[in-house]
Amino acid sequence: MTERTETRAASPDARDVLAVRGLCKSHGRVRTLDAVDLDLKPGERVALLGHNGAGKTTLMKLILGLWTPSGGEIRVAGAVPGSAEARKASAYLPEAVAFHRALTGREQLTLFARLAGAPVKTVGELLERVGVADAADRRIGTWSKGMRQRLGLAQVLLGRPRIALLDEPTSGLDPISRHDLYAIIDEMAQNGTAVLIASHALTEVEARTDRIAIMRKGRIVADDTLARLSARAELPIRLRLTAQNDDASEVHARIGGERINGASVELLCSPETKMQRLAHIAALGDLVIDVEMAPPSLEDLYRHYSQGDRT
Amino acid sequence: MMTRVLAVAAAELRIARRNLWVLMASVIMTLFALALTFAGAAPTGALGVDLLTVSVASMTTLSVYLAPLLALMMSFDAIAGESERGGLALLLTYPVSRGEILFGKFLAHIGTIALAMVIGFGAAGMAAALSGGAGTESLTALLRLIGTSILLGAVFLALGYALSAAVSSPTAAAGLAAGLWLIFVVLYDLGLLGAVVYDNDGFFTRRIFPWLLVLNPADAFRLWNVGASENVALANGMTGVAGALPGWSAPVSLLLWPLAAFVLARQIFRRVQP
Repeated sequence: MTERTETRAASPDARDVLAVRGLCKSHGRVRTLDAVDLDLKPGERVALLGHNGAGKTTLMKLILGLWTPSGGEIRVAGAVPGSAEARKASAYLPEAVAFHRALTGREQLTLFARLAGAPVKTVGELLERVGVADAADRRIGTWSKGMRQRLGLAQVLLGRPRIALLDEPTSGLDPISRHDLYAIIDEMAQNGTAVLIASHALTEVEARTDRIAIMRKGRIVADDTLARLSARAELPIRLRLTAQNDDASEVHARIGGERINGASVELLCSPETKMQRLAHIAALGDLVIDVEMAPPSLEDLYRHYSQGDRT
Repeated sequence: MMTRVLAVAAAELRIARRNLWVLMASVIMTLFALALTFAGAAPTGALGVDLLTVSVASMTTLSVYLAPLLALMMSFDAIAGESERGGLALLLTYPVSRGEILFGKFLAHIGTIALAMVIGFGAAGMAAALSGGAGTESLTALLRLIGTSILLGAVFLALGYALSAAVSSPTAAAGLAAGLWLIFVVLYDLGLLGAVVYDNDGFFTRRIFPWLLVLNPADAFRLWNVGASENVALANGMTGVAGALPGWSAPVSLLLWPLAAFVLARQIFRRVQP
């Protein structure tokens, strides 16, 4: 644990519950984090996306004070990571969380409640809240992976943290459990907890977060709302036309684009020229029997930002 | 601070009980202690001491081997195991210091060892007293044996935590624990013995050897039990060395070792980045 006493660097917003400035981490010669800036306000849900090895887990471990940074600065609720205040203010759900097999769910959560200084009587309610109350008095060794993940989520809720760091929280969960998980995340955010979610599950994150930060090779290459990220990326809209009589040759000849199979043609157009394009298609009359329109998906965006066509 | 230490200790005690550690440790101690007591019943007449004294002498030798072994078997997994399962990172994000975690585990483990010692040696002592008689002196020797065995267990618990924090996998920690046991309990003494034979009762044997012996916690344990009771020494054949050292040396060594080993374990644990 490092003890640093210098006062906090000027930050854009003093209300930020998390402020990361110029954070670097090197493992030997390998630089796993490079000049990372990130802020979280109370109640904000931020998705942290990136390939394996992009530095998501490293960033979380540094914020939690488990690892010491090679450079830069972090403040969690105004305190140095790893200090008692910072630990009290933060909660963590590790990827593939493991508990002691010999303890029951209730005993494990009671231990965490005592360590967090949270009232032990909330343990029962929390087990109920995450839906493992029925198994609470069985040993964790007999639990399924999904149930353990739910128990991990219960310990995040202990003592109302100001910031929660969730590392791949949906891995190994069935669709209903995922839905429950995001309901709980929403509830936490409504109560003012800032939530940082590292995830690969792009489509869920799309609907459930306020902001998206994308990491690539230890750097944050994008950090904005989904709408602004798509506008900035200027990704094309995809139009797919289905031709009459399963014959796309004439459509292709008159409008261009790319033939997908015998019966359809795919066109790419920018948002500005979309209406114009549609008018052209309408002018073809009976030749086209169907038009499908797909705006750029989060996956397209993610690919755009994370594969290095820009930095 | 104490609530957090006790919370960790309570959970660890449950784990020790469910893993059958408490039961196994007690059964092992009782079986060995009873076996030695009755196997040692023969020479009582020749030495002119009661059966409990002989029993304590043989149990002292037993404890030199078993107390460190039990302690290391309980402690080698304490940090490396938790780290490998992935629970350590989560635990360390809670407002609990590494010293508190270590101390909580220590309380649970030393409690288990104390229970095993009291049950095992207590049962054997009672059996010896009932069948062969006991005096005030031999009862004191029994209590001293139980107390020093717990201290010896404490030393090796803390050393076990230290090596468990120093390596990243429980398998490596288990290997190191076996090596540590071998060095402290067997090889150290063998080395000294070789040096004494080579030295042929010279300066080394008379001046340095006793101090080197008392530096090893396992030997300090033996010396404390032997030095404090002439009868036990007689039955144990260690009078020579015990006489060459001041009476305080073995107790000081055995009391300082747990503290030093615990501080070492905490220092190493503080450097762990899970």
